[in-house]
Amino acid sequence: MIGLELYLGVSAVLFVIGVLGVLIRKNAIVVFMCVELMLSAVNISLVAFSASMGDVHGMILVFFVLCVAAAEACVGLAIVIAIYRNNITADISKINLLRW
Amino acid sequence: MLEAYLPIFVLLGIALFLAIVLAILSRVIGPYRPSATKLRPYESGMDPVGDAKERYSISFYMVAMEFIVFDLEIIFIYPWAVRYKELGLGTFFAVMVFILILTLGLIYTLKKESKNFQISKSTN
Amino acid sequence: MEIINDLLLFLPATIVAIGGLTVMMLDGYKARSRTIYTTTMVFLGIALGVASWDLLMQAPELIFSDMAGAGGTAAFGTFIVVFGTFFTVILTHDYLIGVKHNFPQVYPLLMFCTFGMIVLATANDLVTVFVGLETMSVCLYALAGIIRDKRLGVESALKYFVMGAFSTGFFLYGITLLYGATGSTSLPEIGAYTDGGLIYWGGVSLLLVAFMFKVSAVPFHMWTPDVYTGSPTTITAYMSTAGKTASFVALVLILDRAMPFIATELTATFSIIALLTMILGNAVAMVQDNVKRMLAYSSIAHVGYLFVGLAAGSVAGYSAVLFYLLAYTFMNVGAFGVVAYYEKNHDVHFNNVESYAGLGYQRPIMGVLLSIFLFSLAGIPISAGFNAKYLVFSAGIEAGLVSLVVVGVLASAASAYYYLRVMVYLYFREGKESVSLIEPKKVYSFSLVFLALLTLYFGVVPGGVTEMIYGYFSDSMLTATAP
Repeated sequence: MIGLELYLGVSAVLFVIGVLGVLIRKNAIVVFMCVELMLSAVNISLVAFSASMGDVHGMILVFFVLCVAAAEACVGLAIVIAIYRNNITADISKINLLRW
Repeated sequence: MLEAYLPIFVLLGIALFLAIVLAILSRVIGPYRPSATKLRPYESGMDPVGDAKERYSISFYMVAMEFIVFDLEIIFIYPWAVRYKELGLGTFFAVMVFILILTLGLIYTLKKESKNFQISKSTN
Repeated sequence: MEIINDLLLFLPATIVAIGGLTVMMLDGYKARSRTIYTTTMVFLGIALGVASWDLLMQAPELIFSDMAGAGGTAAFGTFIVVFGTFFTVILTHDYLIGVKHNFPQVYPLLMFCTFGMIVLATANDLVTVFVGLETMSVCLYALAGIIRDKRLGVESALKYFVMGAFSTGFFLYGITLLYGATGSTSLPEIGAYTDGGLIYWGGVSLLLVAFMFKVSAVPFHMWTPDVYTGSPTTITAYMSTAGKTASFVALVLILDRAMPFIATELTATFSIIALLTMILGNAVAMVQDNVKRMLAYSSIAHVGYLFVGLAAGSVAGYSAVLFYLLAYTFMNVGAFGVVAYYEKNHDVHFNNVESYAGLGYQRPIMGVLLSIFLFSLAGIPISAGFNAKYLVFSAGIEAGLVSLVVVGVLASAASAYYYLRVMVYLYFREGKESVSLIEPKKVYSFSLVFLALLTLYFGVVPGGVTEMIYGYFSDSMLTATAP
């Protein structure tokens, strides 16, 4: 039997990796992947909490998280395609029309 | 303990036997007339010759995105489907409304994307 | 049947959702843009009527197995959101035709976004908050980049998307930790939990950080100016009024229902946030030459004033916040409406304050309207903005945050500089070349006049509304535990 703490630990580590990825990486697609990683990390702890408490609310929330993640990925990819058509780049450090 | 899995092993055995027999039978009985197109490796209907890094039509990405969205919506239908009888008529109609909304979205994308689908059809 | 009853209590959102689907199908079958616009307005008009009826008649009630609420704060939030959307759609139609990017997709997106906002503003459960927040945000990402062949708009959409998705992660982690600590996602049940602990406080702080991202309070405001400058002007108006209203109503609901016992602990945090937000928002707004960017920083400053009300942590503070949102919706939609009118006569980059020189005499009505809205935003008496600020600051004084309120009043006085600067250009500077302004459509100027009248009306007689809002919190835990 694996304890709740281990699940939460894995989830926290994955979440931090996701956050660091969003902050550090330059490619917009990789940034999206890191956002998805954050959401998946949350799913792990949700399911772990849900299972340890024997309560289904957490699991239902996981469904919504998955769906929202898909919708966000769609809109995000569409935006990247649009920006690629305008700029021919997916490098967010080159997207610098707006400052201060 | 292992005896409980016996039927599965039997099933595996039958499946393996049938597959081999059918493969041999088709080779022996079936006609064999090779052509250039038939011998080429199959790659989702695309021409496999040339640089793998060529630019794909944007419509592939559109279809992929639509697939992600419609594919994931099914997780809301699963829980209802397993407890279908217990949940009663009200939930049935609720799920039907949900599916109706999804269908409307599908019709919209088909209407909007019809041009893109046409392009990918004509290139094949 | 219970579900029918619930749907009736949730009628504004239902109408908006059905309207959104209808408009979407009309767009799919290539109806004329005019038809789509008219259909949108019909649905929104009905929804606005029902929302007003709910606002005046509906008693507070919980619906959908306690997932959402009707009446009370829910009806109030719904009303502001639908009201803001109604006028946004009128302005957007004209604006997009003016800048020659009349995409019909904007109407279904606006409708779905509004639906998300209503869900957010009526939520009684963190799951509902999440779904509403995301429905709203995903539509707003798309709306920000709706003019997709302009680099500026698409860039702002990408920035908004990255920051929004990032904050969504924090928000979800916050919900998860709160759920893990309290064993429930329902706001009142979380509110009943008093044990504290690391997981609980981690959840609370992540949740609040995510909300500060969404409402652009200062350490997390970086995306706001860029997104507000890059998006189509009327969409900016929509984000900064309806979107902010929905988020703030949800925040007030969470604070009031899910965290009533820790309101005093949060006062210090909110005070610091309010202080930073007011100072930075106003200071940076002063050096902006682009009017849209100036209004973006001014909206950050207004978030600062709103946080004074949240810092008060009392019923007076929360109801002041709700009134502020109402007043802010009138004046900000109006101000952006006039800016959009000036802009659509020229091109998308016609936003520099110098290009406003002498415009006040060209179309006198528009000049006067912009002046009224800017006066109100500056908080000059006989305007809704003044009363809203007065309520927020007096709630702060009552809660003993005197020094914070002093800073707020000073910041607010300083803000008059950059609002009045626009008016100086409008009336006291000679235009370099004669810029011709075409006459605005009747419905366009009529809606702006209506908003201006409301701004003035709530500047003179706010009494009835404030008492009504105060009544929403009659069963609040805060009143029960107040000394």
